[in-house]
Amino acid sequence: MDFTTQLLIAAISAGTPLLLATLGGILNERAGIIQLGAEGLMLMGAVTTCIVYIRSENLLLALLAAIAVTAVLGLVHAFLCVTLRANQTMSGLAMTLFGSGLSAYLGKSISGIPLPGTSPKLDLGWVKGIPVVGDIFGRMDGLTWFSLLLVLALHLLIHRTSWGLHLRAVGDSPATADVMGIRVQLIRYSYITAGTALIGLAGADMVLAYAPTWNEGLTAGRGWIAVGLVIFARWNPLRALFCAYFFGALDSLGFRIQLLGSIVPPYFLKMIPYVVTILVLMYLGYRNRNKPSGTPESLGTPYIREQRF
Amino acid sequence: MSSKSASDSVLLNSASAKSARRFPMRLEYDASRTRSPWWSPILSIILALLLCAVFIAANGMSPVTVYDKMFRGAFGTSYGITETLVKAIPLLLCGLGIAVAYRISVWNIGAEGQLTVGAMAATAVTIYFPGLSSFWSIALMLVFGTAAGALWGLMTAIPRTHFGVNELITSLMLNYVALLALDYVVFGPWKDPKGFNFPGSPMFTAAQSLPVLGTTRLHIGLIFGLVAVAIYYLMIRFTRWGYELKLIGANPTAARYAGIHIKKHIIIVMLISGGLAGIAGMAEVSGVTHKLMQGISPGYGYTAIIVAWLAKLNPLGLIVTSVLFGGLIVGGYSVQTIGLPSSISEMLQGAILFFLIAGEMIHRFRIRRNA
Repeated sequence: MDFTTQLLIAAISAGTPLLLATLGGILNERAGIIQLGAEGLMLMGAVTTCIVYIRSENLLLALLAAIAVTAVLGLVHAFLCVTLRANQTMSGLAMTLFGSGLSAYLGKSISGIPLPGTSPKLDLGWVKGIPVVGDIFGRMDGLTWFSLLLVLALHLLIHRTSWGLHLRAVGDSPATADVMGIRVQLIRYSYITAGTALIGLAGADMVLAYAPTWNEGLTAGRGWIAVGLVIFARWNPLRALFCAYFFGALDSLGFRIQLLGSIVPPYFLKMIPYVVTILVLMYLGYRNRNKPSGTPESLGTPYIREQRF
Repeated sequence: MSSKSASDSVLLNSASAKSARRFPMRLEYDASRTRSPWWSPILSIILALLLCAVFIAANGMSPVTVYDKMFRGAFGTSYGITETLVKAIPLLLCGLGIAVAYRISVWNIGAEGQLTVGAMAATAVTIYFPGLSSFWSIALMLVFGTAAGALWGLMTAIPRTHFGVNELITSLMLNYVALLALDYVVFGPWKDPKGFNFPGSPMFTAAQSLPVLGTTRLHIGLIFGLVAVAIYYLMIRFTRWGYELKLIGANPTAARYAGIHIKKHIIIVMLISGGLAGIAGMAEVSGVTHKLMQGISPGYGYTAIIVAWLAKLNPLGLIVTSVLFGGLIVGGYSVQTIGLPSSISEMLQGAILFFLIAGEMIHRFRIRRNA
């Protein structure tokens, strides 16, 4: 395998958790609610997967538990932001703090214990024979395939169905949607819960496919990169796919340059994804300064019936 | 919809018209009730303790033992109290910085990184200008620490003002960059050659260390914090700048029409915000650790966000909440002796913030009898 193929494989493996978290973020923000809790949610998803998987040795149960726990946290966020109209930024920060604290506390007992297995690989005998493509697709595990299907499904849902139309209406103009008879609160609750559960699944993917044991704070800011990627992808699932893989490539590029015996200290290579996030957002901000950015129009503003803005 | 509700208040329940008739009570939202009662932060803390007690109990520990251990560790002994105050210093300085920025809705969550670069810049003084007199080295460390923190703040402000990038993401990304830069210097160029291969800078000399109170670890950084709070109070209360901040905070559109240069204010508050966190970093290395090493901050920058919020940006409140959260951090360390992670305090902080933001809104809802 040549360098490029290896990099592509690594980009997909590092990019999948980012992709899942970004898709989760897109669902939240398309419904008009800012989700800054991704880091804490990913940690909670990861720690739940580890605990349940080690105790029960049942992968499916572990994934379901991760989804359930983060969905409950999503309901808390929805209750605060939709029903109580609390500050969405602060609720997200609280989620991140609470999630990283609770995950460290719960994960203390299983810290460093290797998981009984990884995410299962799909056996695609006929694909493996094809050069390059076979190398890339033959190695992808179940969760990666799921994330690819999800990109397609969410793209169709958001842009091709009436449910998606309702979702976009709620994110852009909840008052209009309400007048049209769309149940704003119900839609917001559903998509926040579904989105946070996806972010939890991203955490599960991190431990299953990427780092096979639990360590305190193992996401190392990837949740926050996903928050940036939502903007970078302009709230579009297809773009999210490319953006997540691009960042996955950046992430693993640093590691690979190090292996090639670079003179640049590894600390600077590890800075690349963070610095590039800032630079890309600055570039996008500059390029789109007079254009609509694709932001859901009512992102961050709670909807109150009978109140004019 | 119901015509009974006043124009500034609305019904909570969307299926209200029908249920309002059937049900004798209804919930009413009144956006004008912005001032939450003084006891709501206290209630938030109590509820957060109760919630976390559930998790502690579920993990097979007695919450009473854990909380007792935490409280005694933080406030039970004179050593505990001075340690709590030592932790309160960076929280007060960072929290003040965050409060200043939040006044005009600039969300600085990068205090952690700003503190880190402040500590690094102060250490640079000890490495590149050794042998200065006590006064000059401390003064130079203070200037360098503040400047580095302010620069880190500026790197968040410029993308926001000139490129429209959300400052939350920028400031957070810069935290990770700062922590990696810290790793680089303590493992690389600044590593103490006599440090038995342990990552960290050489120990500071007595002239490079902040004076401490008696035999305790409580250092003069406390004075920095209190002076900064006093200046903040006076500036907000009596200067034109403070008035302009209030105006932007209340209504940015009106402020812009009134001729206030909002971009300039965002840059100024981020410089102040970062500078204060930089001072906190300088005070940590020079007053507490006496050398630069990994983990110089156990998340002070993040805790300071809650400190600022719990205090509702009030100067006196900032002092109280930073001591309280200093105690929470020290208490977190003291549960390590019974085999629990210190991150238990992080979990409590998150829970407090949840209840705090909920409490801020809940009191706006009123139960009304249907006529």
